[in-house]
Amino acid sequence: MAATTLSGSGSAASRRRGAVIGLTAPAYIWLALTVLLPLSAMLYFSFLTVAPIGARVAEWTLGNYLDYFRKGFYLTLTGRSLMLGLWVTGLCLLLGFPAALALAKYVRGRWREALFLLVVLPFWSNALVRTFSWTMVLRTDGMVDDILQAVFPGLPHLDIMFTFTAVVIGLVHSFLPYMILTCYISLQAIDDSLLEAARSLGAAGPTVFRRILLPLSLPGILAGTILIFVPVIGSFMEPRILGGRGGFMLGNVIEDQFTVVFNWPMGAALSFILLAIVLLILAACYPLLRRNLQGLA
Amino acid sequence: MSRLWPLALKTYLGLTLAFLYLPIAVMILMAFNESPLYKLPVVWDTIWFVKLAGNDRLLTASAHSIVLALANTGVATALGTMAAFAFARYQFRGKTLLQILLFPPITIPWLIIGTSMLVLFFWVGIGRGLHSLLLGHVALSIPYVVVVVGARLKTFGPVYEEAAATLGATPWQAFWRISAPLMAPGVIAAALFAFAVSFDQFVISYFLAPPGWTTLPVEIYSAIRKGFTPEINAISTIIILVSMGLMLIFARLYRFGGER
Repeated sequence: MAATTLSGSGSAASRRRGAVIGLTAPAYIWLALTVLLPLSAMLYFSFLTVAPIGARVAEWTLGNYLDYFRKGFYLTLTGRSLMLGLWVTGLCLLLGFPAALALAKYVRGRWREALFLLVVLPFWSNALVRTFSWTMVLRTDGMVDDILQAVFPGLPHLDIMFTFTAVVIGLVHSFLPYMILTCYISLQAIDDSLLEAARSLGAAGPTVFRRILLPLSLPGILAGTILIFVPVIGSFMEPRILGGRGGFMLGNVIEDQFTVVFNWPMGAALSFILLAIVLLILAACYPLLRRNLQGLA
Repeated sequence: MSRLWPLALKTYLGLTLAFLYLPIAVMILMAFNESPLYKLPVVWDTIWFVKLAGNDRLLTASAHSIVLALANTGVATALGTMAAFAFARYQFRGKTLLQILLFPPITIPWLIIGTSMLVLFFWVGIGRGLHSLLLGHVALSIPYVVVVVGARLKTFGPVYEEAAATLGATPWQAFWRISAPLMAPGVIAAALFAFAVSFDQFVISYFLAPPGWTTLPVEIYSAIRKGFTPEINAISTIIILVSMGLMLIFARLYRFGGER
């Protein structure tokens, strides 16, 4: 690319434009073909009676979207997926923030580097495999159950596999590193002298936390919250493996429309409803986000 | 603040780490446990690794995953590095918009991206297969590559290239002799990242892999749903160790923890 722009005899400005286009076009054409175009195709499908593949003739309809509101089933599942998102995000915050605080402010030097690495390592190991590993820990007669029975004989058997709780545990485990990471980044940027100043002026621990640590780390908390909440309400693999029937979510209905029922227009409509929910939540948070995320990106 | 406070926080961090590693440790332990029912106490045995060596389905799927990840690494690293270079070295209209457009592939739930790709690829007739998988994986990897290489490019300005130009180097020479070596650690880190994104990718692959040409995560998912065997633990142990190894190399090449 650079070679062709060099041989061109145009002005410096047009040569620069050529370079920018040449450098960015391949990536963005690729993204347009694989993200934008598919989403448009799916939007189109969601308004059809049948998928127009092969010899089938499709007609326009709003039926798929109307079905969503007519059948209580879909609304119930949406509610469950949102509940799942709230639980997982809330627990990640509860576990992740103090851990990030300890890492950013109370661990120093090589220890901090090593512990930080330990936090992000599982993040890049396969999510499917990590979810699967919980089945061995949680199931009745599994590891936790065996140990509980050995320590407290006579205790009722552990029975959380294939429940909502199991799905929450698996998802918190999957997404916790995100929260620790984003909180750590903003906590670590807080100048220690600020905390010392507050303390020397007589602020007690809780005051330092409420007036300094919390407001200044809000960008990290928000980033983590969004990075977790959005994928969780669209999750389907973790609910399938850990939840069984007890963990059927909106994501699972969408999965089934494409892989079992083969009602693609309905699946497309449900996907767009999910996307709309995600966008609504982001839009609702926008004022807060705009104020707080500027420094993070 | 009382003296107990830091200690309590550190203990909390320790417990959180224990929670993160508990299931992984259990899985690795069970991969070496003779009992197929995951019973304690652990009886040391490598039987599941031996069985794995004879499991053609899992081995073929692994080979597919590696081929796909390598192809993805090549394409995504090249495209992403080019875009990152343009962002770092040129000011142009629409730059912010282009940078914002990198977010949808990361932030839209993969379930939606995967199913929409399935819909389009079937509709236009290219269907499922290695080509569709590659199209999807590269789209997910490009944003990460741009961010990782971009961060590296920010650490040195265009001054070196300008100096080279003043001394008579052509832009082409300046790029290959000055910019490329300086960018290299970032590009290598991005390539490792792209490899990991593809190798671990399950959701998109699940929708785009045809029944006869699955990747490892897809094969594992169907094995889990059918009722699993400890061979899955053996291969999962290998996967986890390989991904963690890759991440360790990545961390050595590229500090991304916000350490200053």
